[in-house]
Amino acid sequence: MLTEQTVRELEQTARNLRVEILKMLNVARSGHTGGSLSAIDVLTVLYFHAMRHDPSNPAWEDRDRFVLSKGHAAPALYACLAEAGYFSRDDLKTLRRFGSHLQGHPDMNKTPGVDVCTGSLGQGLSQAVGLALAARLQGKSSRVFSLLGDGEVQEGQIWEAAMAAAHFRLDNLCVILDHNGLQIDGEVAKVMNVAPLGPKFLAFNWHVLEVDGHDVQAICRAIDDAGQCKEQPTMIIARTVKGKGVPFFEHKASYHGVPPSDDELVRALEHLGHA
Amino acid sequence: MIATRDAYGQTLLELGRENPKVVALDADLSGSTKTSLFAKEFPARFFNVGIAEANMVGMAAGLAAGGMIPFASTFAVFAAGRAFEQIRQSLAYPRMNVKVVATHGGITVGEDGGSHQSVEDLAIMRALPNMTVLCPADGPETTAAIRAAAAFHGPVYIRLGRSKVPTVFAGGCDFAIGRGATLREGTDLSFITTGLMTAQAIKAAGILAEEKISARVIHLGSIKPLDVDLVLRAARETGAIVTAEEHSVVGGLGSAVCEVLAEGHPVPVERVGLHDVFGQSGTAEELLVHYGLTAAHLVEAAERVLKRKA
Repeated sequence: MLTEQTVRELEQTARNLRVEILKMLNVARSGHTGGSLSAIDVLTVLYFHAMRHDPSNPAWEDRDRFVLSKGHAAPALYACLAEAGYFSRDDLKTLRRFGSHLQGHPDMNKTPGVDVCTGSLGQGLSQAVGLALAARLQGKSSRVFSLLGDGEVQEGQIWEAAMAAAHFRLDNLCVILDHNGLQIDGEVAKVMNVAPLGPKFLAFNWHVLEVDGHDVQAICRAIDDAGQCKEQPTMIIARTVKGKGVPFFEHKASYHGVPPSDDELVRALEHLGHA
Repeated sequence: MIATRDAYGQTLLELGRENPKVVALDADLSGSTKTSLFAKEFPARFFNVGIAEANMVGMAAGLAAGGMIPFASTFAVFAAGRAFEQIRQSLAYPRMNVKVVATHGGITVGEDGGSHQSVEDLAIMRALPNMTVLCPADGPETTAAIRAAAAFHGPVYIRLGRSKVPTVFAGGCDFAIGRGATLREGTDLSFITTGLMTAQAIKAAGILAEEKISARVIHLGSIKPLDVDLVLRAARETGAIVTAEEHSVVGGLGSAVCEVLAEGHPVPVERVGLHDVFGQSGTAEELLVHYGLTAAHLVEAAERVLKRKA
């Protein structure tokens, strides 16, 4: 069980990381704000509570792996990696710049702590399945985590991979679906409805959980639950809010791929208590 | 006579015995691609993903990221076509250590028809940065190429065929990625060929010799990287080139050779291959004749190129 203090610490970390995300996107002048903010609480739990990893040894063979299948949420991942100590927080200011190790989408060959290259939607889950199989073949107790977007599951390859993960009984695979309900062109339900998501993954023989994706305690519990599950991969459907934490960004598809302006950054930091 | 896919199946099995990191994936075609041999002996290291090539390539990428050496097989048309973007994003871009072994390349697939005959895979794969592209001539070279690919760290595309082909490298094959082989010396022109067309070029050179024409035969089992020195030397020393491939003349070996010659030593070239058309049903032999991929056609191409030679 999580102590109240741990919960408070995780919540504070997530708040700090929101600030880092907004600052780096403001400096970069491009990038994906909404989906980074919706995912950051889940990523905070993964990197600062659930995952076994060692920032001083990114190539540690027995580490847990993370695949950011929704690769456009790279700012959220980079904020976590910097906070964990994989590289300096100053590097975040170079996001998307020429020569930076922080590419627009995650690059395993450039950024310490990034396990695979992602960005083309729909491809990350297959790689997570392969990583989970590799861990099992090598008799490692490593877990593989992956974060999907809800628009992303419109890609057919997701369902090929979903079939395979259940077929190969990958109980070391835990996938979280960042269900913020919005994609570039608008509401997921209107662009191409993916609902009902829970029954779909149940029908694909997954262990399915649903949580509030901004409740760190609930996220922790679900990840622990997934760790107990045998013979099945786990899908945690995390109900989230796009742009979460900054009221004037929340629930807005228009902030999918738009960074905060200077004025918006000031107002957002005020709201997060970092003025 | 042995099909290159049979040599692959046997070599993969041997690699499996030698190295526990070798794993194999297939998309419901293991009997045809011959990964079934590996599957039978190493069921725990074999993953049949069903009819889902995109996921197969992604899974192979994940297995490689986890330290394994995956060989992923299906027909060339599905590997380079259906799973192109997965090969681009999940293999080539990150330089993943995955070997895509595509069987049933070219028109000698035969009766299944044009939908199943890949005539563009070499062009597609050659266009990808970081990708190595191999197209062996026969059984012994396939064995050597598969072993070279396994020893090389990075993504490799290997194109194999369905039909039995004559053995070119009867005395063994000293294969290296990026290196071509001169199989017959000659001074009047050079055949530069790949895959099963090399056996035809050797035959054609024999026919030309009776007409007192001296044809060099160069086999390029490595399409990318290409043996640039060998190609330029052939151009300088023989002054005329005939390329031949069981593939479209757009973007494949013929294009690759012309790119090198245009920049390095321009000489007349005739490209033998499919001229921007798809295949159709028929026996392998019928199709090779119909599309002009026989020794007799190579002789005609040689005569044409010699007329153009200054």
